Amino acid sequence: MQVTRRQFFRICAAGVGSSSLAALGFAPGEALAEVRAFKLARTTETRNTCPYCSVGCGLLMYSLGDNAKNTRGKIIHVEGDPDHPVNRGTLCPKGAGLLDFVNSPHRLQYPQYRAPGSKEWTRISWDDAFSRIARLMKDDRDKHFIAKNDKGETVNRWLSTGFLAASASSNETGYLTYKVVRSMGILGFDNQARV
Amino acid sequence: MTNHWVDIKNTDLVLIMGGNAAEAHPCGFKWVTEAKAHRKARLIVVDPRFTRSAAMSDFYAPIRAGSDIAFLGGVINYLLGHDRIHHEYVKHYTDFSFLVKDEFAFANGLFTGYDAEKRKYDKSSWGYQIGDDGYVRVDPTLQNPRCVYQLMKAHYSRYTPEMVATICGTPKEAFLKVCAAIADTAAPDKTMTIMYALGWTQHSVGSQMIRTGAMVQLLLGNIGVAGGGMNALRGHSNIQGLTDLGLLSNLMPGYLTLPNDAEQDYAAYVGKRTLKPLRPGQLSYWQNYPRFHVSLMKAWFGDAVTADNNWGYDWLPKLDKGYDLMQMFEDMGQGKVNGYVCQGFNPLGSAPCKVKVSNSLSKLKFMVVIDPLVTETSEFWQNHGEYNDVDPAKIQTEVFRLPSTCFAEENGSLINSGRWLQWHWKAAEPPAETLSDQEIMAGIFLRVRALYQKEGGAFPDPILNVAWKYKIPSFPSPEELAREFSGKALKDVTDPKDPGRVLVKAGEQLSGFADLRDDGSTSCGCWLFAGSWSEKGNLMARRDNADPYGVGQTLNWAYAWPANRRILYNRASCDPSGKPYDPTRAIVAWDAAAGKWGGADVPDFKIDSAPQDGMNPFIMNPEGVARFFAVDAMAEGPFPEHYEPFETPLAVNPLSPKNPEVRSNPAARVFKDIWPTLGKPDAFPYVCTTYRLTEHFHFWTQHVRLDAILQPEQFVEIGEELAKEKGIKAGDHVRVKSSHGFIVAVAVVTKRLKALTIDGRKTHTVGVPIHWGFMGLTRNGYIANTLTPYVADANSQTPEFKAFLVNLEKV
Repeated sequence: MQVTRRQFFRICAAGVGSSSLAALGFAPGEALAEVRAFKLARTTETRNTCPYCSVGCGLLMYSLGDNAKNTRGKIIHVEGDPDHPVNRGTLCPKGAGLLDFVNSPHRLQYPQYRAPGSKEWTRISWDDAFSRIARLMKDDRDKHFIAKNDKGETVNRWLSTGFLAASASSNETGYLTYKVVRSMGILGFDNQARV
Repeated sequence: MTNHWVDIKNTDLVLIMGGNAAEAHPCGFKWVTEAKAHRKARLIVVDPRFTRSAAMSDFYAPIRAGSDIAFLGGVINYLLGHDRIHHEYVKHYTDFSFLVKDEFAFANGLFTGYDAEKRKYDKSSWGYQIGDDGYVRVDPTLQNPRCVYQLMKAHYSRYTPEMVATICGTPKEAFLKVCAAIADTAAPDKTMTIMYALGWTQHSVGSQMIRTGAMVQLLLGNIGVAGGGMNALRGHSNIQGLTDLGLLSNLMPGYLTLPNDAEQDYAAYVGKRTLKPLRPGQLSYWQNYPRFHVSLMKAWFGDAVTADNNWGYDWLPKLDKGYDLMQMFEDMGQGKVNGYVCQGFNPLGSAPCKVKVSNSLSKLKFMVVIDPLVTETSEFWQNHGEYNDVDPAKIQTEVFRLPSTCFAEENGSLINSGRWLQWHWKAAEPPAETLSDQEIMAGIFLRVRALYQKEGGAFPDPILNVAWKYKIPSFPSPEELAREFSGKALKDVTDPKDPGRVLVKAGEQLSGFADLRDDGSTSCGCWLFAGSWSEKGNLMARRDNADPYGVGQTLNWAYAWPANRRILYNRASCDPSGKPYDPTRAIVAWDAAAGKWGGADVPDFKIDSAPQDGMNPFIMNPEGVARFFAVDAMAEGPFPEHYEPFETPLAVNPLSPKNPEVRSNPAARVFKDIWPTLGKPDAFPYVCTTYRLTEHFHFWTQHVRLDAILQPEQFVEIGEELAKEKGIKAGDHVRVKSSHGFIVAVAVVTKRLKALTIDGRKTHTVGVPIHWGFMGLTRNGYIANTLTPYVADANSQTPEFKAFLVNLEKV
């Protein structure tokens, strides 16, 4: 049975039984035009965890690029991890839309600054942002730090600056944040669990 | 959760109350349907709305928002009155037989020791009778009128089915049907799980609502067993972890607590927290407090802290009061706060009473926002028309907006509700100039520290001495940080029973918190996570989903705190002789031949303590047993009492109608200026409650195109009867107004919300989903917290978002 590639596909499309032709060894001749490959075949699969609620569903994230140093990965597909004991491959309407979160047009792109009384943002470099924030914090801390209370007890606290930590940042971020915030003596410190 | 998501499959009865798992935690709710399909479990939902969870239930009972203690108190009364409790369990594993001080009493809605001016209790009478041997006195016959059982029975005898109907609006027959189903799980081989969420926490009596639920479970012997437990469905992916790590005003990692002003002496500070057993033979695990604390200080400050400087005790800030979020916005409004950093937190949307938050932020000198997305908070100063009508020219706050990575662009661990620390991996580079949170925190900290090194300044010691030995100081890696909080040996750690035997060599990762020492030879940033990254490697990254015992305990999947234990208090699943109450759901048991506990789970117990030794299952309590009587741990009393929401349709608390002082929580903090702002039922006659939709996540997914398409526009839910009264049709725009502001939204007229009869009067409920703001890809909407009052729970200071008053009109 001699068939061209195109005829082969036509036969296969004609009926359920015809797909067994391939199984019997009737393969088409040399391909002249390639059909589009399965998109995920050439992607890198990465395990992750859904950042929304606390079920902690396992995710598979598929990205273009092979994680080599000179490539820039781009996530093109997200789905539930079938190995995960809790979600077993399923995702809710939010988890199923995670690709649009990663690629949201409302992702911030670069540091910005709004001057007192201004109606607009201006771009600022990271170095300038960090330096200015550090200056503001140190000046405020030096001015308002309370080493001793009215009774003369050692209290070493800084109340005039506060810090709100996240709800979805990692333990590693949370731990480092804690170290920084408390070493400065800040007490006005909470995370989203408070509300 | 005391248990975990998969374990829900082991239950006989699910009670969802104060939550809506089918909508807010859909992939976890799957385990409820699993239990229904394969165990013939039943689902009961008690909620002000006929929710999506209710739609899947076998029985639904309506309740007025904010009245859950009355309902659950009624359940306790039913269980005690009908003697439908797990007798052996409560006798051996709870404080039923403990004797309470003679001075302790309850009258007119108040416990002994109330100071109306301070709105606080002197709790000295809220304690046990202590015998000459230093232990709590008990009466195993339970006949002594001062035993916890008798006091509790008397307290809840007032919570009759009629009283429940009066306060909650739940019809008596429906209430009794729920009670009967719950009571069936008192059998040793039956169990119930309680699933709750913010519907219990966001009340001025939220902590006590949860406590009442836990008391019901203890009466039934449903704590510590497969398919049982008190299961908090946390709202965010790592809110559990950030709480465990102590990122709260008064906490340190692992639920250690910051000292207060009076605690000037380190030995006294640590001694007070080193809890000695209150009954013979009990473990009282907090006796190890010094090991946790010293190891933490070594992780933070390394060689700079030693026994000579009390492990850096003076470097910890001391508390004169709580500085929670609402206290901070109060202080900010008074001009006492100059700087504020919001890391992945959008307080303009998430904090109560938007106008107050906005006014407070406007008084800041500087604000730093660290977030992957454009948040409303970052633009609180910008005029967004009717949705944020402010004048930028009048707001003198300097604002920095710093882009941070999202989950997909970083390595790290998140802790789900089941206490699993699950590692995730970076899948892509972040957009443009975005940096990771670690780089941003390091960027700020290293510059502040450099300024102190150069210029000196106020008490630089802790800043200069923070241990920062990361390979790239400007980017401490997630792996380095995870190893640091899991802990390592600084010197050889030896076996106390055999000092010649080295358990962990210097420099190695610890295998768990049993390795911790209080002599500075170990370093551990969070004792609760100790062992999550041991010498075996990163156990949080494990991916073996095998379930060898078939009860859903995948011990080699990720890592659960504490000690990889999946069900807390699991010793209580066995009778006093160490045999499982239900062999078909055994999770641990005493193995006499091996001389230790073992089974499908990691035993939550001293592993070699034989049943005849008499050690009890609640090893974190110095009593060794679970408490019905909370001693002095709660702000408003040792037994939960129903108090009305601060904005209530009722003139009095029906339980104590003659005492106006106890209409609402007498121990809740209310700022002076807030009292007159609280809404009254004459102007605001409808109960209002806020909630989530399955298509959205807080104020994030308004920026996600798919979700913005699914639920594009703000709406409110109104019952058919109320809509008819007001002449409102589905699709009309309505103005919902509270004493604090108004929102305008599309009306969804629904059968899901029905009027209830409360204290003889018909009371309507209005429902407000929370997901819209003025920055999204959705249509702009009003921030739901424009409507909410600035009051909170007396213990947690969590705002009362779930029950307040509004009025309604067609626009």
